[in-house]
Amino acid sequence: MSLLAAAADTGVEIGTGEAVVFWVLGPIALAGALGMVLSKNAVHSALWLVNTMLALGVFYVVQEAPFLGAVQIIVYTGAIMILFLFVLMLVGRDTSDSVVETLRGQRIAAIVLGIGFAGLVGAGIARATEDTVLTGLAGVQGGGADGGAADGNVPAIAELLFTRYLLAFEVTSALLITAAVGAMVLAHTEREPGAKQSQKELSRARFLSGDHPQTLPGPGVYARANSIAAPGRLPDGSPSPRSFSTGVEPQVVDELPHTGSTGAEREGLGHAGGTDAALGPTRGGDPA
Amino acid sequence: MTIANYLVLAAILFTIGAVGVLVRRNAIVVFMCVELMLNSVNLTLVTFARSTGTLDGQLIAFFVMVVAAAEVVVGLAIIMSIYRTRRSASVDDVNLLKY
Repeated sequence: MSLLAAAADTGVEIGTGEAVVFWVLGPIALAGALGMVLSKNAVHSALWLVNTMLALGVFYVVQEAPFLGAVQIIVYTGAIMILFLFVLMLVGRDTSDSVVETLRGQRIAAIVLGIGFAGLVGAGIARATEDTVLTGLAGVQGGGADGGAADGNVPAIAELLFTRYLLAFEVTSALLITAAVGAMVLAHTEREPGAKQSQKELSRARFLSGDHPQTLPGPGVYARANSIAAPGRLPDGSPSPRSFSTGVEPQVVDELPHTGSTGAEREGLGHAGGTDAALGPTRGGDPA
Repeated sequence: MTIANYLVLAAILFTIGAVGVLVRRNAIVVFMCVELMLNSVNLTLVTFARSTGTLDGQLIAFFVMVVAAAEVVVGLAIIMSIYRTRRSASVDDVNLLKY
């Protein structure tokens, strides 16, 4: 009994600074997780998750694991979430979540189950670890209040990683190679040799189709109108359909608001001299 | 405040991730929820490593991160190849084995 009491005395107290960090970042991490599950857009989900992961990285640093904190931020928020966003942009950014339930009542059941699970596990953990002694890592990696014996987090982790966990470390390399090869095999699409058209074949196909290989003609430029809605004219005076801009209603220049001209002057605009006449009453009214 | 705060937070995050896996239908979002669950377990491991005063928990968390990275790479490649054949990233559309 006295031994237990002595052990309890050696525990480290959690400081006020850490408590402040926890109570600021804990709700942020929680909000990130909830936002990820609740947001309809998958890209928003990914950004919420980045939020949570950054908060967790700070928690690692605060809990005397600076190496893991750095790895968390570099690997998770750096590499893995970028990979997620990359795939999101390749597929399914606009594949909105279906609201159809394949199993009836499954969502409600899942939410009820989740709340129950969180209550049970949370309460159980809180009760079980209430009076756990916090030994702290100053003894193995230094950095405590008394300086400590060892020389830091990273050397301490390396010492353990390359001695007791050496086999697991080596197996990890095999796992990573397998994952890289597997991803390549899965994402690779086989293309028949010769299936890709050469530049010569492409240009021949473009010209033989009888379509319009060169650029389309631009809109007409008139004295009273240089709008893209005004069509260019063919040599016979008719508007060229190819010069119509997509998305804009084509306008006949002669029907544009015609300030200063009379109806009689506009009578004779139907023939080939239409553009000249459209210039206005000064030229139309002066035969010389 | 005690370490129980961290553990309860990790439990809640794990639950949110699990509910997300059950509720969401987009395969990529389901995958993100799995990542959240792995992350919350990592928080538990780091907290217990600090509590017991040994570094083994941190090392296990490190290995979990490595395995998670490999899992994400393969999983996203699978999602992409499914998207190529089924033109959908919804987990409900991957039902060919059902019939």
